Amino acid sequence: MITFALVGNQNCGKTTLFNQLTGSNQHVGNFPGVTVERKEGIVRKQKDVTVVDLPGIYSLSPYTKEEIVTRDFIAKGHPNGIINIVDATNIERNLYLSLQLIQFGIPMVIALNMMDEIEANGGVIQIKELQERLGVPVVFISAVKNIGVEKLIKTAVDTATKNRIPKKQDFYSGLCAGALTDITNLLMKSAGKHHIPAVFAATKLLENDSKIEEDLQLSEAEEKTIERRIRKMENELLTDRKAAVADMRYRFIDDLCAKTVIKPKESKQHLRSIRVDNVLANRYFAIPIFLGIMFVIFWLTFGVIGSFLSDLLGNAIQAFSDYMRNVLIGAGASSVMVSLVSDGVLAGVGSVLSFVPTIVVLFLFLALLEDSGYMARVAFIMDKLLRKIGLSGRSFVPMIIGFGCSVPAVMATRTLPSERDRKMTIFFIPFMSCSAKLPIYGMFTMAFFPRYRAVVMISLYIFGMVMGIISTLFLKKYVYKGEPDRFVMELPNYRLPGTKSVLLLLWDKTKDFLTRAFTVIFLATIVIWFLQKFNWQLKPVEDSSASILAGIGHVIAPVFTPLGFDDWRVSTALITGFIAKEAVVSTFGVLTGAGSAKLPLALGQIMTPMAAYSFLIFTLIYSPCVAAISVVKRELNTRTALSVAAYQTIVAWGCAMVVYQVGRLLF
Amino acid sequence: MTLDQLRIGKKAHIVSVNGKGALRDRLLDMGLTPGTEVMVRRTAPFGDPIEILLRGYELTLRLEDAKSIEVERAKL
Repeated sequence: MITFALVGNQNCGKTTLFNQLTGSNQHVGNFPGVTVERKEGIVRKQKDVTVVDLPGIYSLSPYTKEEIVTRDFIAKGHPNGIINIVDATNIERNLYLSLQLIQFGIPMVIALNMMDEIEANGGVIQIKELQERLGVPVVFISAVKNIGVEKLIKTAVDTATKNRIPKKQDFYSGLCAGALTDITNLLMKSAGKHHIPAVFAATKLLENDSKIEEDLQLSEAEEKTIERRIRKMENELLTDRKAAVADMRYRFIDDLCAKTVIKPKESKQHLRSIRVDNVLANRYFAIPIFLGIMFVIFWLTFGVIGSFLSDLLGNAIQAFSDYMRNVLIGAGASSVMVSLVSDGVLAGVGSVLSFVPTIVVLFLFLALLEDSGYMARVAFIMDKLLRKIGLSGRSFVPMIIGFGCSVPAVMATRTLPSERDRKMTIFFIPFMSCSAKLPIYGMFTMAFFPRYRAVVMISLYIFGMVMGIISTLFLKKYVYKGEPDRFVMELPNYRLPGTKSVLLLLWDKTKDFLTRAFTVIFLATIVIWFLQKFNWQLKPVEDSSASILAGIGHVIAPVFTPLGFDDWRVSTALITGFIAKEAVVSTFGVLTGAGSAKLPLALGQIMTPMAAYSFLIFTLIYSPCVAAISVVKRELNTRTALSVAAYQTIVAWGCAMVVYQVGRLLF
Repeated sequence: MTLDQLRIGKKAHIVSVNGKGALRDRLLDMGLTPGTEVMVRRTAPFGDPIEILLRGYELTLRLEDAKSIEVERAKL
């Protein structure tokens, strides 16, 4: 069994190469840091060769989680070899990592990616010279076009099985060289004892790397000697240790590239990117263009494609449900059985299933934005505004997705590097009114504010965002103190997203959603149906006001008295809304006994317009649905998931109460 | 002068990266070493962050962090 670690910078095509090597279904993103977790796969046609896809990193300093994960895996996971993917169009910065990887003294191969782009633009890289100077084999590949991948596998397996360690591990040069040689000699013994390559240890020590100090467990005398040697070097160089090492590496690379690389003048892809950014990242037009793009995406998703497909699917499900009802009645099934299948399962799961097309379409657009590299630009243009509320530009993308659905929005926070920013963003997302709440707004505005529908709806969206900002400012001050993420981010060249990777992503999302519809939501609808259909003696009831659900509704109802709606049917609808927001309207339909046409009239008898607005504010903000809460649990933990649910409900209660009480005084 | 003062489209060479901590290490790792040529490509709306070109790729950073990067204007 041979295990390879696949290591490289962000945006260098690492995930694409991983897919080519293993044929696995994995999403390829252009947004820096898309791979946070470690993924494994068995190399195609090589049953006993495994590749571990490690996070995209720029260096091996122990400052980010990704760097530590990678470093620990190489040092302690005992891979048989390293496959280091290097973006040939960005060779200098990519080789900076390679120099550090070589120092591990593990068999290593460099896969020089995007060579097709270099050659197409008239560039040349002298592979023999490069191999010789680096002391490791170099293979030209194009991960996207699947060129050279076979050869890469062969070379990698060969290097690992014959245990060919890199010929040269010290790239000492300049004034650092003396200090490094001295420290290496001094470390030989203790490094050997802890199985750490001495050259690697010496360089890391010189870089003032806290982790290596712990690992080496040096004696006080040794530490002092090393510190003195470093002090001497700093005085000679008139600079500090960290800068000296970085400078030494880049000098070596500059010299290496000067001898082996004939750069193309400026690649077509890069020039194209700059031209596109002159418009899309323009100082004055960037934000209007971004808003325009988002508007078109939402309009297409919810207004054109999504709603058309959803209606189509909804009708098909309705027809199927009617058909099943007739079949069951024809077969002589009991009325309870018929009700379970058609009012319970098919109505519940069906109403959720009809949302699949909308969600898939929204994901298609978001995948296109991300894979093309545009999301990185959005982070760039929005950073300044987001920093005002204690977040960084990277948080903006998940927030926008929240207008569609909180579930993918929460998943999109994976691209955020710091845990603090991630949690704060997840707490912001529920304030972005999700699309499943639209039917509620539609029904209520029709019933209570027929002349001001648009104004009321827009006021809700704005109210949500304003509360989100206030809430984030509060969290920043009292809960998640500290600074937003540092913002040093690469802007990758724009690339056309690969059809294969987009389709794989869409299939993944659809599968995810369907699994959920048939597990969580399936069970939930059966439970609600049961509670609505039976009384405490477990006997079926004709009038749902005698059901268990009504009983629970009665108990909760007083909580909402200060908010203006204490009817048990309202509290019941809110409970079902916790399962899925779409269920609020259908619950009202069932509980008032009115069809959708008469529902506005029936609602008018339950509450006053002021209470209705208070109810809308409450539904806007209160706990996200089970699906969203469970995804928060999966991404973070149970505690945070429960706090999100509780926090939102409390804030919603407070807002609705203030709105109702103040409103009552004014009107 | 420092990098935040460099005008759009102008080139300069890095003299030193001041400050300390993880951000400075990151900047050095990303190739902002002494002598490296940088050019300010553009600024984001509201003038911050900025986008710079170095070593053939584009990097974005905040003005506040660019203040700690000492540069020297390229001679014509």
